[in-house]
Amino acid sequence: MLSETASLVFWVIAFVTIISAIFVVSLRNIFHSALFLVLCLFSVAGVFVLLDAEFLAGVQVLIYVGGVAILMIFAVMLTSRMTNSEVRQQNEQKALGALVAFSFLLIVTGAILKTMSVKGGFGLSPSPSVTISTPHAIGRLLLTNFVLPFELVSVLLLVALIGAVVLAKKDGD
Amino acid sequence: MDWTFLIVKLIQVIAVFAVLLTGCAYMTWLERKLVARIQSRLGPMNAGYQGLLQPVADMIKLLFKEDITPKHVDKFIYGIAPLASFIPATLSIAVVPFGDSITLFGRTYDLVISNLNVGILYVLAITSIGVYSIIMAGYSSNSKYSLLGGLRSSAQMISYEIGMGLAIVVVILLSGSLNLVDIVDKQGSFVGWYVFRNPVAFVVYFICAVAETNRSPFDLPEAESELVAGYHTEYSSMKFGMFFVAEYANMITVGAIATTLFFGGWHGPFLPPIVWFLIKVAAFQVFYIWARGTLPRLRYDQLMSFGWKVLLPIAVINVMVTAFFVL
Repeated sequence: MLSETASLVFWVIAFVTIISAIFVVSLRNIFHSALFLVLCLFSVAGVFVLLDAEFLAGVQVLIYVGGVAILMIFAVMLTSRMTNSEVRQQNEQKALGALVAFSFLLIVTGAILKTMSVKGGFGLSPSPSVTISTPHAIGRLLLTNFVLPFELVSVLLLVALIGAVVLAKKDGD
Repeated sequence: MDWTFLIVKLIQVIAVFAVLLTGCAYMTWLERKLVARIQSRLGPMNAGYQGLLQPVADMIKLLFKEDITPKHVDKFIYGIAPLASFIPATLSIAVVPFGDSITLFGRTYDLVISNLNVGILYVLAITSIGVYSIIMAGYSSNSKYSLLGGLRSSAQMISYEIGMGLAIVVVILLSGSLNLVDIVDKQGSFVGWYVFRNPVAFVVYFICAVAETNRSPFDLPEAESELVAGYHTEYSSMKFGMFFVAEYANMITVGAIATTLFFGGWHGPFLPPIVWFLIKVAAFQVFYIWARGTLPRLRYDQLMSFGWKVLLPIAVINVMVTAFFVL
């Protein structure tokens, strides 16, 4: 179990994460939504730190906060009409959205229940003691047990890159 | 709760913070003096001996100026943008070791605020947050110069972050650790410094770091002659001052991290470790100002193509060659 201070910190972080996530989907100004998304991703990194996964926290901030979210904001700033309040900011596919959200909830709940049945404890239990540091452990696993998914992901990224180039290229160039 | 530990850490934090902020204040003096010297002028001379009290006078002036908030701005974001620039600038100094471990009351303390296992990753992560202040300032000011400055800056910082990361990967390959204390220990004395083991990585790192801190010759986000100072055009008083303090704090942090990664940290003969550390960091600051005084600003397209077409391939090849030799 986590110590009392740590669980207090956890509840604060959880509160900030959820509130900012709600703001992301409810605010009218899309630039503000993007900034709250940054706050949300940043607090998730805080949860990783609480669970002794410093490497994951660093990567979370570096890639999501420092990369993905900035690219989103970049796109918002380049399309000036997006920030106008006249643009309708309503989801036109509510039924489909609800379906996706519900199935995601089912998957996550299933994962949580499975983890709990393995460890037999409720709440946040500290990670099993790792003898080598997390970067070493993750690196080793990526190149042994999970080498196929790892390579597949890199092929996927390559496909996305080529797709972006093809889309961005003008006809006849 | 272990109180001695807490108090020692608190003193460390306050001391590092005080040194950093004083350093920022006197960077303005050093910059004006050195640039004046390069241009055959005298620079500030009236406040104190050789203008040494000029930073104090400047600070008082900035604090007492009227704080103007233009009518058309996005008030909340406009208000927090200067803070968002200042906080990341000071955060990454926390993992930089500035001396050997010392023994106090029978316990050993490392002279570093936080001996983090993933120190380098932390530094990279914090650096990548820094761009938000500029984006927020650029967007919330609701002025086209600010917006252009913000856009330029975000594009520039994302592009150069990749090169910087790849240069740091070389250091990780050579040292086999993400911990900055370990990296300093592995380098040992003079011959083991990574700047001699792999000078290409250092050059790539330093060019990227200059671009990341928006300094000349990569100071396009605030190009005075074309963008009327870019993202902080609409700011006044101490909010304006905060951006400058953050810029100088960033420069000092970059100097400290470059010292740690490539110049053996606090190692050096005769003098105490902290003095060596400060000398090395100060040398970087002088180099920064020297570059500003002598190099012309790049054009924006030159900047982007230099980053993506020259610096990035060099960094990638360097990583591959280093990995080959390490293996």
